[in-house]
Amino acid sequence: MITFTLNNEKRSVDADPDTPLLWVIRDEIGLTGTKFGCGAGLCGACTVHIDGEPVRSCQTSLSDAADQNITTIEGLEGKAAKAIQAAWQEIEVPQCGYCQSGQIMSATSLLAQNPKPSDDEIDQAMNGNVCRCATYVRIRKAIHHASNLMEA
Amino acid sequence: MNSKTVLNSTRRSFLKGTAGVTTGLIVGFHMSGKGLAAANSSKGFMPNAFVRIGTDNLVTVIAKHIEFGQGSHTGLATILAEELDANWDNIRIEAAPADASRYNNLHWGKFQGTGGSTAIANSWMQLREAGAKARAMLTQAAATQWNVPVAEVTIDTGTIHHKVSGKTATFGELAEQAAIQPVPETVTLKSLDQFKLIGGKVVRKDIAGKTNGTATYTLDMKRPGMVIAVVKRPPRFGGIVKSYDTSEAEKVKGFVGALATPRGVAVMAKNTWAAIKARETLSVEWDDTNAEMRGTDQIMAEYKELAKTAGLPARNDGDAVTAIAGATEVIEASYDFPFLAHAPMEPLDCLIERTESGAEVWTGSQIQTGDQHTVATILELKPEQVQIHTLLAGGSFGRRATPDSDMVSEAAMIVKALDGKVPVKLVWTREDDIQGGRYRPAYHHTLKAGLDDKGNIVGWQHRIVGQSIVTSTAFEGFLVKDGIDATSVEGAANLPYKVPNISVDLTTTDVKVPVLWWRSVGSTHTAYSTETFIDQLASKAGRDPVEFRRSMLKDHPRHLAALNLAAEKSNWGGPIAEGRYRGVAVHESFNSVVAQVAEISLDNDGALKVEKVWCAVDCGIVVNPSIVEAQMEGGIGFGLGAILRNEVTLDEGVVEQSNFHDYEPLRIDEMPEISVHIVPSEAAPTGVGEPGTPPIGPAVANAVFAATGKTITKLPFSKGMPELV
Ligand code: FES
Ligand code: FES
Repeated sequence: MITFTLNNEKRSVDADPDTPLLWVIRDEIGLTGTKFGCGAGLCGACTVHIDGEPVRSCQTSLSDAADQNITTIEGLEGKAAKAIQAAWQEIEVPQCGYCQSGQIMSATSLLAQNPKPSDDEIDQAMNGNVCRCATYVRIRKAIHHASNLMEA
Repeated sequence: MNSKTVLNSTRRSFLKGTAGVTTGLIVGFHMSGKGLAAANSSKGFMPNAFVRIGTDNLVTVIAKHIEFGQGSHTGLATILAEELDANWDNIRIEAAPADASRYNNLHWGKFQGTGGSTAIANSWMQLREAGAKARAMLTQAAATQWNVPVAEVTIDTGTIHHKVSGKTATFGELAEQAAIQPVPETVTLKSLDQFKLIGGKVVRKDIAGKTNGTATYTLDMKRPGMVIAVVKRPPRFGGIVKSYDTSEAEKVKGFVGALATPRGVAVMAKNTWAAIKARETLSVEWDDTNAEMRGTDQIMAEYKELAKTAGLPARNDGDAVTAIAGATEVIEASYDFPFLAHAPMEPLDCLIERTESGAEVWTGSQIQTGDQHTVATILELKPEQVQIHTLLAGGSFGRRATPDSDMVSEAAMIVKALDGKVPVKLVWTREDDIQGGRYRPAYHHTLKAGLDDKGNIVGWQHRIVGQSIVTSTAFEGFLVKDGIDATSVEGAANLPYKVPNISVDLTTTDVKVPVLWWRSVGSTHTAYSTETFIDQLASKAGRDPVEFRRSMLKDHPRHLAALNLAAEKSNWGGPIAEGRYRGVAVHESFNSVVAQVAEISLDNDGALKVEKVWCAVDCGIVVNPSIVEAQMEGGIGFGLGAILRNEVTLDEGVVEQSNFHDYEPLRIDEMPEISVHIVPSEAAPTGVGEPGTPPIGPAVANAVFAATGKTITKLPFSKGMPELV
């Protein structure tokens, strides 16, 4: 049994300790907003927060997740998250949408730490998140917009 | 466009009846109890196959096309809602079941499916008519209920009015009355200036769920007792399983079993990770007797040899050979295009469950008719016993449209082998995806043209060598004529420039690498070779690339308008910053014309950045401007990643790439600024999903040409950048 906090709830999971957190969240716990894109830390589709920091859940083993405070897209809350999600909707960022949970997780922790990021800072923070639909123009625009929403 | 009267020649195809009868009809679409429950949740009326209006006032539009990012669901619903005068807030969208008799793609005959950027184009009149007929029945219902002349009833944004008496009603309030009205023979469609939703700001219906994690894809589906299957596929295309050993796999907790299929060894487990892990421990011996053993270098060398002799004619105007022989200047170029993987963000997946009445399939079905028949054949059922739930898909770019139902057939084979005892969810990993074939074919092109002493092109010869996508598929009869696969030469055989002597020929090769259409199909390579060759000719003729093109496009007003708009918006010919260079390209695909001007920065170390792209598009009437812009942006980013660094190579038949580290998509820091400009049009809508992709490669290459005097002819660019001059 390995125990951790997921979206403010205590969870105990009985799975192989080497199971990636991604599959624990999806298959064992049944929250499917966190996506599988590469399984190799290359695309960011599986991004979750551990203590607010973006982490690739496909590269985090269940044993590493023990006692950690994990947030997925389903449990995202706070000012930055609200602003990001509102901006995402207003700018109509998603196309297929499959990468967007990961994009939103990365963008939210960027804004939480840096409420007024420059284009370069956005590029840096978001560079690990692939979007095959190439919604990047709108991602950048929406992060700036969310930053303005947070100020207002 | 003027108001049009549409004759209803298929009266019987319109379903009508009371609420109870309607529910009965809806049940007819579904084969399981699940469908019945869903149908019962909303009473009301269903005037035709595309819309259901509930007594709860919800208007459900039934979308016959898959939504995988291109915005089809919102676009289709907008067209119907426009003619219905519905309130957009009350619209819901539901994926249509597999039923080729009602939900076929009108551009494909008797096939239900999505592709060739046809979703909006083929549905345009069909859904306008469907919406207008439903509207007419609601109007008639109000007149009957209120006992007033039908001409005095109006509908505005989902509310039905009788102005004289001040009576109003919602659609829901009149749904049951509407259900007993006769389906009108004819309806009057709106004129262009009456559109409120079409061309306006309409919120995409799929956005909210795609920002909070609730949007459901095939990978997210679960059924009781389900096992997860991954397949260990042969390292070489055409290889088959000789033997396999599961002794190590059996030690993996959650491992359920393994079995040989024609596609490789299927490994089943209770969860995804166990399946992946068990597969890693599997040892398999392969039989490569019929496998492709060549490497891509060898294949390309053979293509070059083949290009020395003429293939089958795809176009022959005048006498290109003689014209070029007599020209003042002769220019030649040859191009190599690599295999490309689609790499949709959601790897392929499919869930199938055998039920008492047949089978249920959950997948991002792009060709429902094919998928339905494939499952029926494998599971020995009648097609109508196979129910397909078309789910949202995490991209496709052509990958989910396999004529032989790639992932669906794999899942069905496994279900069959397990005697249908448990539901099976087949999952592809990214490695499976990159190494799994179905690539954009590799091609070799040679071009040769002659200029006269005034710098006009007098002759043009274009030779294409590569595999056919559609030969031996269900699409062969439709797309192959006289040995020419139309998808191999599209964009080349219809070169728009006025040149008196043109020949285009094709040599179709025999390679065992499975190939498939990849966003914009033939235009992925023909736009690149023709549009970069034009710039080489313009340069030789001492002409400006835009002016040179204009002079040859007099008979193609749509090309001319898109080109002029892109040139105007980019201030073509005006001053540009130090270290910046520009290139242009214009190309027609899927009946839309797109022109792009790309501005790049390039330094002496060959570091290239595409800084800005101006994109002009003529896609007829624009249903949703934001979606058209998104498709242009996405099409540009998709095409750009590919030309910069994507290629699938084979070493002695084995694919050398495996994941996003060596098949790396474009990332955010490489995405140019993009401004999209729409050419005003009153013509029916044409495609937008694909046409944004073809011009970006040649536009960027032409900018590199402007900087270096050299055209990159071996793709991708990462093979080598020319030096600055
Ligand atoms: S799935 Fe984890 S980074 Fe791609
Ligand atoms: S929206 Fe499709 S991959 Fe990002």
